[in-house]
Amino acid sequence: MSEIDLQDHVDLVIAEVARAEHSRDLDAIESAHKAKNSPVLAARRALGAVTDEEQRRELGRRIQGCSDAITAAIAARREELSAIEREASLASDALDLTEVLSSAGSFPSRRGHAHVVSKTRASLEDVFVAMGFTIKEGPEVETDWYNFEALNLPPGHPARDMYDTMYLDLGEAETVLMRTHTSPMQIHLLEEAVADQSLPLHVAIPGRCYRLDTPDARHLPVFHQVEGLVVDKGITFGDLAGVIETFTAAYFGPDIHSRLRPAYFPFTEPSAEFEITCTICRGEGCRTCSKTGWIELGGCGMIDPAVFDAVGIDATEWSGFAFGFGIDRCAQMRHSIADMRALIENDLRFSRQF
Amino acid sequence: MLTPLSWLKDFADFPDDADLLRATLDDLGLVVEGVDVVGDGLRDVVVARIDEIHPIEGADRVRRVVIEAGDGPLDIVCGATNFAVGDFVPLAPVGSTLPGGFDIARRKMLGVTSNGMLCSGRELGLGDDHEGLMILSDPKAEPGVGIVDVLGIERDVIFDLAIEGNRPDAWCVRGVARDLAARLGLQFRDEAPSTVASSPIPTQQLLSAEVRDTTLCPRLGLSVLSGVRVTSSPRFIIDRLEKAGMRAINNVVDASNYVMLELGQPTHPYDLERIEGSGLIVRAASRGETLVTLDEHERELGVAGKSLGDQGIDIVICDATDTVIGLAGLMGGVSSEISEATTSVLLEAASFDPITVMRTSRRLALRSEASARFSKGTDPAILEIAMARFAELLALSCPDLSMAEPWVQPNDTPARTVIEVPAERIASLLGLNLDQVEIASLLEPRGFSLSESDGVYSVTVPTNRGDVRGGARGIADVIEEIARSYSYSKIPRHQLAWPEPGAVSARQRMRATLRDVVLGLGGSEAWTSSLVDSGELALLGIDEPEIVVTNPLTEGESRLRRSLLPGLLRSVGMNLERQQDDVILFEIGAVFVHPAVSSGRWARAGSQGGSEVAMPDEVDTITVVFAHDGADATTAVAALRMLSDSLGLEGVEIDQKTRRTAELVGLHPTRSGLVRDRRTGVALGVVGEIDPQTASRITPALSGRRVGILSLDIGRLGDTAKATRRSELAQVVSRFPSSIFDMAFVLADDVVAGDLAKALTAAAGELIESLSLFDVYRGPGVEAGSRSLAFRLKLSAEDRTLDDTDITAVRDACIAAARELGATLR
Repeated sequence: MSEIDLQDHVDLVIAEVARAEHSRDLDAIESAHKAKNSPVLAARRALGAVTDEEQRRELGRRIQGCSDAITAAIAARREELSAIEREASLASDALDLTEVLSSAGSFPSRRGHAHVVSKTRASLEDVFVAMGFTIKEGPEVETDWYNFEALNLPPGHPARDMYDTMYLDLGEAETVLMRTHTSPMQIHLLEEAVADQSLPLHVAIPGRCYRLDTPDARHLPVFHQVEGLVVDKGITFGDLAGVIETFTAAYFGPDIHSRLRPAYFPFTEPSAEFEITCTICRGEGCRTCSKTGWIELGGCGMIDPAVFDAVGIDATEWSGFAFGFGIDRCAQMRHSIADMRALIENDLRFSRQF
Repeated sequence: MLTPLSWLKDFADFPDDADLLRATLDDLGLVVEGVDVVGDGLRDVVVARIDEIHPIEGADRVRRVVIEAGDGPLDIVCGATNFAVGDFVPLAPVGSTLPGGFDIARRKMLGVTSNGMLCSGRELGLGDDHEGLMILSDPKAEPGVGIVDVLGIERDVIFDLAIEGNRPDAWCVRGVARDLAARLGLQFRDEAPSTVASSPIPTQQLLSAEVRDTTLCPRLGLSVLSGVRVTSSPRFIIDRLEKAGMRAINNVVDASNYVMLELGQPTHPYDLERIEGSGLIVRAASRGETLVTLDEHERELGVAGKSLGDQGIDIVICDATDTVIGLAGLMGGVSSEISEATTSVLLEAASFDPITVMRTSRRLALRSEASARFSKGTDPAILEIAMARFAELLALSCPDLSMAEPWVQPNDTPARTVIEVPAERIASLLGLNLDQVEIASLLEPRGFSLSESDGVYSVTVPTNRGDVRGGARGIADVIEEIARSYSYSKIPRHQLAWPEPGAVSARQRMRATLRDVVLGLGGSEAWTSSLVDSGELALLGIDEPEIVVTNPLTEGESRLRRSLLPGLLRSVGMNLERQQDDVILFEIGAVFVHPAVSSGRWARAGSQGGSEVAMPDEVDTITVVFAHDGADATTAVAALRMLSDSLGLEGVEIDQKTRRTAELVGLHPTRSGLVRDRRTGVALGVVGEIDPQTASRITPALSGRRVGILSLDIGRLGDTAKATRRSELAQVVSRFPSSIFDMAFVLADDVVAGDLAKALTAAAGELIESLSLFDVYRGPGVEAGSRSLAFRLKLSAEDRTLDDTDITAVRDACIAAARELGATLR
């Protein structure tokens, strides 16, 4: 086939493509184009006979150009047609949602299951409400002021390193972040209470928190905590220890006890880590608790005077305590969930156990 | 921090009971993260001499070895090959038990009786070497001698302690020992280092030294040691360093490390001859200065990093020509490193500003044992003791060592903070009454001193407790120290109660109702990540700025989610792939809208909360995805009806005309719509079906399947200004029977059925009790482009039974109203 003939062929095919009304038609054109006996392939086969190398190369380029033009036309038309076909199918599929009958709706005959973490959160909330706490919530995106500075963690404070903080590209660098704990709510609520003159405060704050962490059996980068905060007159460390014990027995059962040991949190002083009787061995000592009979649950302490200063509360008039621990960890302990990652997998076979 | 009991015992006569010590350390807040007992089970292991080695017929991995261990020749079958006749190796005889509980018995292998086991280093718990037998080269190695004696191994317990950020005093063996001794009521031995030979010229005359910024370096101690011979350290130093997790280098570096581990004060030895101009300058690095540190990395200094408030201050040590030779508090430079040729050492012991060292360490990602201690705050008063102890240790391996009189500037004893603690505050904060004698007995052994006047204690804080703040805040710090020393577990617990009742908020109750209703519909609750991939918004086709995580661990967690849909669809897809039936998933959680496109809130931010920043909107959302067999948009509509009824919402309607809103992205263009409150016009969410194109793009498992979706903004549902609620007041229910009749209308397809229903309800007026659509028909008998809609009306009146007149009036009104919409009675 001569070069001119080949160009005619291309024009013919492109016209045919333009006339195609359905992607089926394009399939036919395309397979004809790719068939062994198609004019383009025939021309390419004929190339071998051209002896002049330069001429052969030039001819080859033109044949390739023709072939590409056909392929491009088919692709373009295919896209047009699929948009038209989608429009048509959407139109024929249209449903007036106000036309849905009163009797409509078919649902499976088995009840669904709440997530084990939200169940755990609900039972923790029940315990706290029964103890007189009001349940509060707050934002997951925070600023450095609420998450750190007002909690006595000014910029450059060494303890900021303990929180593998996820910052956001908002405002100045390192000012907007995903909260690393529920403690910023202490500041929000104390600021509000000061503004409304509504102290005392007895609140529990469950919520989602974030740390830069690779998920493993015991850690998830997105996790849930519950914070407790009591600010009133004459609140003591002995009250804190009593509240922790009441909560532990109420949630985990009467044979599970708590103990406090010294720890360091910049926003509480004195600070403590609280441990509970190992729920696996009930205090006998096992691998989970490194044979100590105790496992760590959370942190707590008396509100640091620096925190009271940050929100404008007189630390000689008011005192208080705060505590916080992981909801996911409670769920893990209570249900012996070996690997935390099961919590975010959402496999129904896992969910339906709870 | 690895802390050997044997080292602690230098300071007090601690008992050997590891469990007791562990519990006591824990209760002091020196949390024991691990306990390692070394040297246990080696008592029976003896030295054996290899006398003969023979192959065993039919075995190529093991050989018969004849050894002498003091009781005549013994045959042992052994798999190792790294030894020769005449070598001395450890033998675990028959009847002994190796560390880890492995019992050695007489065994017969390939016809040869093996009378014990020759051991590798690892088998004895003495290091990781498992390449072959441990070859003993010590001259004390004689057949039959206990290995414990040859190697000088003592049973030891090594505690791995986690030292909290407010315990700068406990970052060393001496500090741990003091705290532990005080709790156990043991005498604390704190002997001053013995002095070494003194060289005639004091350090001050040998050197120049200048501290350019005393806030960065409040105290600097220098001392020149001559007669240094660089060699290996005495055995006990190497042993202790190794137990503490450090590697022995040479006697000079080891002495410095030993002092740091023991006293908590890092020191730095320089080769005096390699310091230009015999002098030191301490200053902040200028921008762009460089130093090659001991780890052979070139460090660029004085450049501000990205972290908040970082001004790029690095403290550097320079020689007299002002060239940087060390990064203060972190690492020395290679140029003045101790080498075998070193004969004079300039020892530097200094106090550096903790925050500055911390920031440099973070910025350069360079952490060292020294920086760990400096960033917690070291004891400025210990410099002299640290230098003397260094000299004392170095003298053990350098008999000709002499020390020039140290030069410390400023030379006066660092000031001690005094805190005025009202006695009443101790009782009121702890709920515990302690008298002055009790308080003194707790604080004084830990270096605090105490006096009382008019019910106020003046507490003088030791210089190693830089964590205790001055002024009123220090009161809390002192009270913590009292409580900690007394033991938290002994503080009586009190049952606290207050008059205010506990409660959950209306929002939380509503969320619980939503959850309960959806659970009843067969939905299971999912938890998907709030962090999503960078392509997520593009995948959904949402044209909004993304909220970007500055420092994500992976690209897949680099954005905040704008919708619960993709995560839920992926979970649905995964469950379908795992052949699960009845897949209905829902999630309740926040989605995030960039402040550039949301109403937004402003929050305090920046230094001292002095500025404000626009924050993203966090939309509290419930999204339900129906992917069970038979699910489609009608399923979602039915679910919406049940939810609104359960929440007492009134006048919820569906709007399919409005399409251009981010909430509808990813939804089926002709089978979904906005959920609106009729009265307020506020959009409450979306209902319908997933766009099949979006669904298959997110998860192939969904292609060809209709998936219903219902998503609601919980914040708006709970706001009565946005979502109209049924009145709480009881309505009287009629005692008279209701009248029921049906009407069917033919209505053009371009008018939604809801408009007709609304018109009919309005036309029926007060008598209407309910109106429901019970049939839709398209086909023969109804013109194309229209459908027949059959409604059932239930009418009643409070005061009478309705008669034909009433019903006819309603019928006529309805027909007239329908006509307005172009509908005709069928």
